[in-house]
Amino acid sequence: MFTLLLYLLALGGLLISFWKDRHKTRLALMKGWKAFTNILPDFAVVLALIGIMLTYLSPHTIAALVGKNSGFPGMLASSIVGSVTLIPGFVAFPLAKSLLDRGAGIMQMAVFVSTLMMVGVVTAPLESRYFGKKETILRNSLSYVFSFIVAIIIGMVVGA
Amino acid sequence: MKLLNLIKTYRYFLLIILFDVVIAFFHPGTGYTIFKYTAGNFAEMLSILPPIFLLLGLLDVWVPRETIIRYLGEGSGLKGIVLSIILGAAAAGPLYGAFPVAAVMAKKGTKYSNIIIFLCSWSTLKIPMFLFEMSALGIKFALTRWLVNIPGILAIAYIIDRLIGAENKAEFYRRQMANP
Repeated sequence: MFTLLLYLLALGGLLISFWKDRHKTRLALMKGWKAFTNILPDFAVVLALIGIMLTYLSPHTIAALVGKNSGFPGMLASSIVGSVTLIPGFVAFPLAKSLLDRGAGIMQMAVFVSTLMMVGVVTAPLESRYFGKKETILRNSLSYVFSFIVAIIIGMVVGA
Repeated sequence: MKLLNLIKTYRYFLLIILFDVVIAFFHPGTGYTIFKYTAGNFAEMLSILPPIFLLLGLLDVWVPRETIIRYLGEGSGLKGIVLSIILGAAAAGPLYGAFPVAAVMAKKGTKYSNIIIFLCSWSTLKIPMFLFEMSALGIKFALTRWLVNIPGILAIAYIIDRLIGAENKAEFYRRQMANP
C-alpha cells in the first residue's frame, strides 16, 4: 500500500518535473541512478548476508531462542536475537504476539521488538558507508541500551 | 577489463554467493533456502528503492539548498526537530531506505542532530508499522513504545551529536557534498 503511494508520488513528481524542465529532469534521473549504482555493491553484500541470517534464524528458531527464557537472561537473549535479525514487521509482530500467547514475558517481547527495529547488526556495514564507523557504533549501542528502558516502561504500563 | 572492474566492485558479494554455493553443494535444502531468501531480499529492495532514488534525484535538482537549511538546518530549532520526526515517521520500508535519504538531506544542509533524529524516527516510529503493531500487540503496547521512543530518540541524537566529534561530522558532510 505505502509502496504504491511512494511509486505514485515518484511518478507524479517525475511527470511534473518533465513537464516543467526536460533538462533538469534528465539531470535528476542521472543523479538518482548514480546514487543507486554507487551504493549497490554494499547493498548486495547486506542483502546476501540477510539471506544467510534468515535461513539460520528462521521464525521457528527465533521463537525457541526468545520464548524459552524469562527474567533478565530472557531479555538479554531476545535483545541479541532482535539486534542480529532483520525481519519485516509483518512477520515480527504476529510472532511476538504468538509468543506472548504462549507465555513469553511482555518485557522480553518489548525488548525484542525494539532492538529489531532500532539496532541493525547486519546493516551496519551499509550504515557505516554513509555515516562512518563512529556514528554506526554510537547509534546502534545507544539504541540497544535504550531498548531495555523502553521494555521496562512497557512492562510497567502493559503488565500492570 | 570492464568485467574485471565489475568483479572487483562486487567482490564481497561474490564471495558470499560462493559461500552459499558451497553450502548448497553439501546441504542442498539449506542452500535452496538461502537463495530463496536472498532473492526475496533483492525483490524487496528493488521494489522499494527505485521510487526513493527517483524522488531523491528530483529533490536534489528542484529543492534549493536554502529551503532545506531554513527548515532543517542550523537554527531551525524546534521546527526542524519536529519536521525530522515527521519525515522519519511518515516513511515506509526498512531502515536501509533511510540512508540515501539522509545523505541527500545532509548534502542540502540539514543539521547533523536532525539527520540522526530522522534516522531513528524512520527505524522505530514508522506510522504504517505502528498501525500493524497496534493490531498485533495491542494499543497499549504500541502507543507506550511510540511515546517513550520520542524522548529517547531526542536523547540519542543529542548524545551522538555531542560525542561524534567535529572532525567526523565535517568528514560526513564532505563525503555527501562530494557526491554529484
